[in-house]
Amino acid sequence: MAETNNLIAGATGDWEIVLGLEVHAQVASTAKLFSGAATEFGAEPNSQVSLVDAAMPGMLPVINWFCVEQAVRTGLGLKAQINNYSVFDRKNYFYPDLPQGYQISQFQQPIVGEGAIEIDLDDGVVKKIGIERLHLEQDAGKSLHDQHPDRSFVDLNRSGVALMEIVSHPDMRSAAEAQAYVKKLRAILRYLGTCDGNMEQGSLRADVNVSVRKPGDELGTRCEIKNVNSIRFIGQAIEFEARRQIDLIEDGGTVEQQTRLFDPKTGETRAMRSKEEAHDYRYFPDPDLLPLEFSQDFVDEIAESLPELPDDKKARFINDYGLTPYDAGVLVGEAENAAFFEAAAEGRDAKAVANMVIGSVFAGLNKADLAIADSPVTAAQVGQLVDLIADDTVSGRTAKEVFELMFEEGPEQGKDPAFIVDEKGLKQVTDTGAIEAAVDEVIAANPDKVAQAQERPKMAGWFVGQVMQATGGKANPQAVNKLVMQKLGLA
Amino acid sequence: MSVDENMVRRIANLARIGVSDDDVPGLAKELSAILGFVEQLSELDTDGVKPLTSAVEDKIRGRDDVVTDGGYAEDVLANAPEKDDEYFAVPKVVE
Amino acid sequence: MADLTELNLAEARDGLAKKEFSAVELTEAHMARVSASSALNAYVLETPEKALEMAAESDKKIAAGEARPLEGLPIGVKDLFCTKGVRTTACSNILGDFTPPYESTVTQNLWGDGAVMLGKLNNDEFAMGSSNETSRFGPVVNPWKANGTELVPGGSSGGSSAAVAARLGIAATATDTGGSIRQPAAFTGTVGLKPTYGRCSRWGIVAFASSLDQAGPITHTVRDAAMMLTSMASFDKRDTTSIERDVPDYEAALTGDIKGLRVGIPQEYRVDNMPAEIENLWQQGIDWLKAAGAEIVDVSLPHTKYALPAYYIIAPAEASSNLARYDGVRYGARQNGVDIDDMYAQTRAAGFGDEVKRRVMIGTYALSAGYYDAYYVKALQVRRLIAEDFTKAYEKCDVLLTPTTPSAAFPIGKNVEDPLEMYLNDVFTVTVNLAGLPGISVPAGLDSDGLPLGLQLIGKAFGEEELLRTAGVLEEAAGFDAQPQDWWSA
Repeated sequence: MAETNNLIAGATGDWEIVLGLEVHAQVASTAKLFSGAATEFGAEPNSQVSLVDAAMPGMLPVINWFCVEQAVRTGLGLKAQINNYSVFDRKNYFYPDLPQGYQISQFQQPIVGEGAIEIDLDDGVVKKIGIERLHLEQDAGKSLHDQHPDRSFVDLNRSGVALMEIVSHPDMRSAAEAQAYVKKLRAILRYLGTCDGNMEQGSLRADVNVSVRKPGDELGTRCEIKNVNSIRFIGQAIEFEARRQIDLIEDGGTVEQQTRLFDPKTGETRAMRSKEEAHDYRYFPDPDLLPLEFSQDFVDEIAESLPELPDDKKARFINDYGLTPYDAGVLVGEAENAAFFEAAAEGRDAKAVANMVIGSVFAGLNKADLAIADSPVTAAQVGQLVDLIADDTVSGRTAKEVFELMFEEGPEQGKDPAFIVDEKGLKQVTDTGAIEAAVDEVIAANPDKVAQAQERPKMAGWFVGQVMQATGGKANPQAVNKLVMQKLGLA
Repeated sequence: MSVDENMVRRIANLARIGVSDDDVPGLAKELSAILGFVEQLSELDTDGVKPLTSAVEDKIRGRDDVVTDGGYAEDVLANAPEKDDEYFAVPKVVE
Repeated sequence: MADLTELNLAEARDGLAKKEFSAVELTEAHMARVSASSALNAYVLETPEKALEMAAESDKKIAAGEARPLEGLPIGVKDLFCTKGVRTTACSNILGDFTPPYESTVTQNLWGDGAVMLGKLNNDEFAMGSSNETSRFGPVVNPWKANGTELVPGGSSGGSSAAVAARLGIAATATDTGGSIRQPAAFTGTVGLKPTYGRCSRWGIVAFASSLDQAGPITHTVRDAAMMLTSMASFDKRDTTSIERDVPDYEAALTGDIKGLRVGIPQEYRVDNMPAEIENLWQQGIDWLKAAGAEIVDVSLPHTKYALPAYYIIAPAEASSNLARYDGVRYGARQNGVDIDDMYAQTRAAGFGDEVKRRVMIGTYALSAGYYDAYYVKALQVRRLIAEDFTKAYEKCDVLLTPTTPSAAFPIGKNVEDPLEMYLNDVFTVTVNLAGLPGISVPAGLDSDGLPLGLQLIGKAFGEEELLRTAGVLEEAAGFDAQPQDWWSA
């Protein structure tokens, strides 16, 4: 498939951006990776800190087996190689939110190897992005640097929480691709239940590696933008950084390998304070632990319990429900959304249901800033409303009215669409006789328009409008149209 | 292998141990002597020998995913040289 | 009443059971002796109130017929074990007045079995040393003297060995990473036991080198060591390297019968310039065991000479990482700095002594980019070769007999300027830590200056019963009953 041209124009010609992402996903678990303290977000400072997390003298790590399961589950979801033997290494460096002075991570032998995910781009293009590896590691605590003129404050609640670091190959070529990658990865993680993907709370963050080159050239020097915590910021950071590097090179400079931070307020990246030896982490196998080993049975059991993943669900929606790739893609974005759709679509016209779910439900939820779980309109009600259109009880237009009423009222008993239609008298008029009478009336009252319409058939629309008005909008538009055309002799 | 004064400063920095200019030459000498001693290992042919990280032959043991710890911020902060309410306090870190 | 401090653990246990004296009396006798013995500098913190409280509790238990295995027996604790509510410093300035809100598993086991804590014992800073001369609290003086000179008690568990030898506690806890229990025991005429790696939990013990550290007792007799090990050892879920294995009653292994036991004599332990006295004592040991019915077998541990250099890469490497947490942020002493890195640098420069700094730096170097393969990986490969040496040797024998140290205790100050010379003290002991095996030092004789010398027995992994049984026979044959003359009491 031909790649969209993602090249950026510079002063000296076109440039290609090369992007690789290291995504840190907090493992959805109750306790931390090597300690029994809790992982919940938002607790009082240092209240979810065990002696191990505080790196007190003599403290030792013991692995949380569920975190291992979650990592394997994620690896399987990424169609990746699972390594039944892997090693935990210490990554040594000094920072106040790193109590041990080292992070327990995995260096040369990670738990998961090569995999891939498919990202969905505009125009229905699907691109495969390679994943190099996934490993388990501890998160660090949090430092607050802006509360005091000369002091920083440290909260270790997050210290020791399990993270999965997912490293992509440098296969992305635009901000849009990077965003699509993170979106897709997030969806997969949420489907699997291995990470809640909450970027605002920091359960999912991305380090973005950006470099630029002239097409066909060797890879350029890359800069790493650390801890970008929203999809929007990822796009902005890449745009800024790519431009910065291009301008720098075109002005005769060279790109220095740096770690940078993205500032959402300014939309710019800036270099972090660096120390020359900052990157000598002196990795070595953690002597307080043993190699991580599990049986193939362990892996197979997890594989059997995997839920249907977004891509498979999307393919099934296209195949079984006849939905368009676009609509299917929208519906499978969140597992809960897809489930809502399927519940509503059971035993009826899936396309019609899809239209209502995407058009009315999602639109309404977005506007009201609600999640599908809090939808005022239930899947059953959507289904019922679709049925009412299908059997001509209401027209499509009236149905929209009914939907809005349901959305406002909320899912109270008795406020099902049929009830509302009844209560508000919105039933569509389908009785051909009644419609014919209305058509006759309008025709009789407007002989000059009749003559005009016979010369310009488009004018029939005026008659349809009049009949609709006369029936309070309740006449079946198709029937009205048919009869008008007939009576005007235009059919 | 001898370590020169630059290397001493580099290592000291990696280890976050402050060394004065006066300390450096002495340290270079001492460290070089120790490294000279340990270097005799290079006499041995260890091709194909798998490194032994731990004497333990057992498989790794894990725990269940339940909260069994934490919830004692007072104890955690009790020995802090400097704190502010519920936080550890340190000289400002500039990123 | 006879001097209650003359008793060993088994005798004291017996005496308490027979109600010949109370636990409080026993503890008070030891406390008095401790107070009078500050010249030895064995204790860095005395805990008299706690000791009396615990002793009183023990008396209640004994009276109720609920005496636990070590009920009422007063012991000292190396200041490397975290003791709840009691200052723990690893004898380093960097820990300041750190008071742990938790108790190490090993000491908890001892208190749970009724033992009484007299206080915290001196040691080389962060367990790095072979003479107890690097402690923030100053050197420990060996109760044994020769020619009027003050001698080292060995290290790193110098406070433990001196205390037991001077009867300032009936037994003491200690730790051994490269010989730190066995060598001080040999220097002070006491018994020092390092169990198999993983036998005792490391939870709550200030870590020096994670893959080598192991807790163990220093005692008067082999029986006492067996008693202590039975209590100290346990499977601890909080320590991933703790081995899940039942703890037998080690005392029951002391049958005195080693007929048919194959005792291996490793030829490579016959080092160049080995003092004749040590050589003779070793031969003496061989004869004793032979006379007791053991079969003597010559074996080879070909990579022995590389153990010391391998150790002096692996231990510092692990230590450089284990000691990174001592940064002045969450506990211990802090030096202020203009920024965080300055604070780290100043805190650690002021807080760590010279030997610790040396080892942390060696370790940092050995792990750093460009040197990792040549040093650290190489050392781990050599470690495997050393471990395999033992495995092969144990096809032909059941235990090994060697000297414990290449000399008797040396004068304080003699080797402080020469780290390498100091390291050579561990030449007979480090192999055992690298292979994770159990080892014990038994006092076997006196040298021409009247100073104690020890013989070391090395066992198979989790072969402590056989090891202790053999040690018991050796102890019986040696009949070592010399005591240091009290010159230090105030």
